[in-house]
Amino acid sequence: MRTRVFRALDYSGDVALFALRILREALRSPREGGEILRQIFEVGYRSLPLIAAAGLAVGAVLSMHTRSSLERFGAEALIPAGLALALIKETGPLVTGLLLSGRVGAGIGAELGAMRVTEQIDALESLAVDSFKYLVITRVVACILVFPILTTVMNFTGILGGFIAETVISGMSLTLYWDRAWSLISFSDYIPATLKTCVFGFIIGTISSYLGYNTTGGTAGVGQASTRSVVFASILVITSNVVLVKAIFFFFPGGG
Amino acid sequence: MKDAQVAVAFEGVTKSFGALKVLDDISFEVFRGTAFCLLGRSGSGKSVTIKQMIGLLKPDRGRIWVEGEDIAALDSAGLARVRKEIGFLFQYSALFDSISVGENVAFPLRRHTNMGEDEIRDRATKKLRRVGLEGIYDKMPSDISGGMRKRVGLARALVLEPALLLADEPSSGLDPITSREIDELFLDLKHTEGTTMVIVTHNIPSARSVGDELAVLHQGRILASGSPAELDRSEHAVVREFMQMQGGV
Repeated sequence: MRTRVFRALDYSGDVALFALRILREALRSPREGGEILRQIFEVGYRSLPLIAAAGLAVGAVLSMHTRSSLERFGAEALIPAGLALALIKETGPLVTGLLLSGRVGAGIGAELGAMRVTEQIDALESLAVDSFKYLVITRVVACILVFPILTTVMNFTGILGGFIAETVISGMSLTLYWDRAWSLISFSDYIPATLKTCVFGFIIGTISSYLGYNTTGGTAGVGQASTRSVVFASILVITSNVVLVKAIFFFFPGGG
Repeated sequence: MKDAQVAVAFEGVTKSFGALKVLDDISFEVFRGTAFCLLGRSGSGKSVTIKQMIGLLKPDRGRIWVEGEDIAALDSAGLARVRKEIGFLFQYSALFDSISVGENVAFPLRRHTNMGEDEIRDRATKKLRRVGLEGIYDKMPSDISGGMRKRVGLARALVLEPALLLADEPSSGLDPITSREIDELFLDLKHTEGTTMVIVTHNIPSARSVGDELAVLHQGRILASGSPAELDRSEHAVVREFMQMQGGV
């Protein structure tokens, strides 16, 4: 038992040092701009279909639940606003974080793991390329930049999904739905909740890069790196969300 | 600084992984323009030795001089400077599988030169032709054979025209004809471009044909070194056994 605790502490320390190295080296040149753009395409553009489809479905389901609750009080007019508030303040960012823990976390863990066991990372080093900057920093930076954009896509497609569900039942027009949806949303609702996904991006990019970059044990190790990336990233996204929500309440008391 | 004629020198190098001592106080020198072949059974520490020459692993004790620099004492910028002078052929080629064959060869040119797009493509194509490959620039590494991958790895290692070429098991997994063609390419490089070569191998006929000096690594120590003829006359039973092998070990 004691050994397990020490091993867990040792592991956490390694990840923390890896994260600190990312923060330190991200500020140093070369910036690897071309590779960051390629990763933005990989992480961002290629995740769009998943996020949009999930947004539509989540929005539709949320709308149906909201309706069943609010119609008891005759408050159906509040359905668009209730749905938008729920999506923008919590559901959108968290669902985006969890979906990308799976898609992006597994991808980075497996790709870097495969590069490690097939000596491609050594090959980069032998070609006088700083593999940490080229592979790790670029992926983490791409995650940080892309997550708020994907969250915005999730929010908007979610509202659209909510509209589709609502208009089928009540025949509400898009203009009316749209106006009502944004009627209760303020700047302090939208910005902090969306920007907190930068932290999710940092967490997912860091943990999956750490596991992939340090893979050992051949192809079995690659599979393990991929699975652990998803598990650890998901757990950390969910737990860090508690701290982030508390911080948002503290710094934006009106909007939290 | 080492003698200008010495391209690589190991001085009392020891390397362990946990409790396992892989290299135990080994020393040798590789002279410019020569081919040095490091022989030994699988697991004898050959790959660890060659990876230390390019700073992928660091020695626990001792010094490694490469192109006049103490490789383990260099910072990252110094290491990058020395690595640009070295070509490294990996045992399993280590091609980047997300980019095409041609882009693998062009990769060092994009990173370390100011060449234009046409010039880069032209140079990469010429290097591929130099290793006997044509018409595969746009293929992906997964679409070519193991022997072709090895040649592409060699083209990538040579594209910056390095003064020192390190090759880790260049003939492993190759048919005898392809293996001989790579040996001929090494000989040609040595004679026409004066490239210094360190080749890790357990293919004795190949080492005899390419190597000016051979060293036998066994249980973390160099048992003997010298020309193929000198090793043939060695009094050490393990060395003689090695030199009598006609194929790979």
